[in-house]
Amino acid sequence: MTQIKQKIADKMKQEYDIIVVGAGPAGSMAARFAAEQGVSVLMLEKDRDVGYPVRCGEAISKAGVEEFIPSDDKWIAARISKFSFNAPDGTEVIIEFGDAGYVLERRIFDYELARTAAEAGAEILTRAYVNGLLFDSDGKVSGVKYEFNGEQKELKAKIVIAADGVESRVGRWAGLKTHIDFRDMESAVQITAANIPVDQNTLYFYFGKDVAPNGYFWIFPKGHNKANIGLGVSGIIGKKKSAQSFLDDFMNKHYPNAPVLTKIAGGVPCSITLEKISAPGIMLVGDAARQVNPLSGGGIASGMIGGSIAGRIAGEAIKMNKLEHILTYDKAWHDRLGKRHEIFNRIKEGIYNFSDEKFNSIAHSILKIPVEKRTLGKVFTTALMNNPSLLVDIAKVFVI
Amino acid sequence: MSDTEIKYRMAKTGKLMIEILPDKCDFCGCCVGVCPEDAIELKEAEIFIIDPRCTNCAKCVWSCPIEVIKFNKNGVEI
Repeated sequence: MTQIKQKIADKMKQEYDIIVVGAGPAGSMAARFAAEQGVSVLMLEKDRDVGYPVRCGEAISKAGVEEFIPSDDKWIAARISKFSFNAPDGTEVIIEFGDAGYVLERRIFDYELARTAAEAGAEILTRAYVNGLLFDSDGKVSGVKYEFNGEQKELKAKIVIAADGVESRVGRWAGLKTHIDFRDMESAVQITAANIPVDQNTLYFYFGKDVAPNGYFWIFPKGHNKANIGLGVSGIIGKKKSAQSFLDDFMNKHYPNAPVLTKIAGGVPCSITLEKISAPGIMLVGDAARQVNPLSGGGIASGMIGGSIAGRIAGEAIKMNKLEHILTYDKAWHDRLGKRHEIFNRIKEGIYNFSDEKFNSIAHSILKIPVEKRTLGKVFTTALMNNPSLLVDIAKVFVI
Repeated sequence: MSDTEIKYRMAKTGKLMIEILPDKCDFCGCCVGVCPEDAIELKEAEIFIIDPRCTNCAKCVWSCPIEVIKFNKNGVEI
């Protein structure tokens, strides 16, 4: 095995146009959209596997997926047509959609995304741990330092795309401010359990100070009564009580005997995008750029979008032989999603301050809307009517 | 053993007071993301504090979802 890996490493080029660090959805899309333009791309992954371990609730909208890959049963664990929002007093609000989205099998899904990058011409190397950057004399990022097979190595690249996830150290080494305020970090823990008899087409969300203050608790079905069950809490809550402890309480109360198939910890950076996501020779994508939707905590679709934009611009920059072109990425991202995330973030901050009573009263008013007329927009408007100060905040965002 | 014989790990701001319990760690990266000093090294299944960078700010402790980072005000022994 080691010999095979060594041969792979020996066959690698001495220099690449673009090196992508991290092979999650954002990294794979960056690699693919760059490689599609005929430039040389290498994607490095620190773990032995692409797509594993899965640190994710795995829910995504159908549209979010299909912008990049046709739907395929082999990575769809459940098809989602309903949301169930549960207030602290137990009031359940159901919203029905048509063919809204999926709960994914990320370990297969991520593989398939990486495959599309490989088909476009990108090379991939796993178990390659990037631990530093190379710089030109003028301070431009010019490659990576990495550990592979116990050896410290270096590789030059014209552009490095950092898709290194929540840690986001690569960007830091390039001088970008990537560390996230602990209040915006949703520290999460999730189990995949069996024998959870919930509707297999519904995403369940639970709110309130007992289950997940400053965040939410979720049950996402994965077919055959398997489900992802977890929660995220802000560091400000974690000071007093950890995500793990909230999860234990919920499981003891509701599913004390459920067999646990997987347990995983993870961090979801729920903030606006970093102020700068590109600098000479480097671009940041996905969680590393803080491109997660700060309201929902969803980061697969937005990460793929960020990755695709960065990959396309990086490829163009190489072809035009104009590396400063990569600095247009910040605006391109901001126009596509970054701006919207700023609005979502304001809403999130409003919801963070909701008391249990507020959640209950909102749920009660929404229940008055007949199910067939209950769109997410209507629900949202109702929530706003209950909280005029939030409305002012949102109005401000639109006016500015 | 008297207190003077105990050797402590040294952070940037004095005795290191942050302790990661690697056997219990899930290597998720929350702590790395919130660390203002880039003082945590995280590989596939290996994690440690880079002592001279740590300022004992404890943000990693608060953001750990599974309580594997401890704040030890007496200092972490070598």
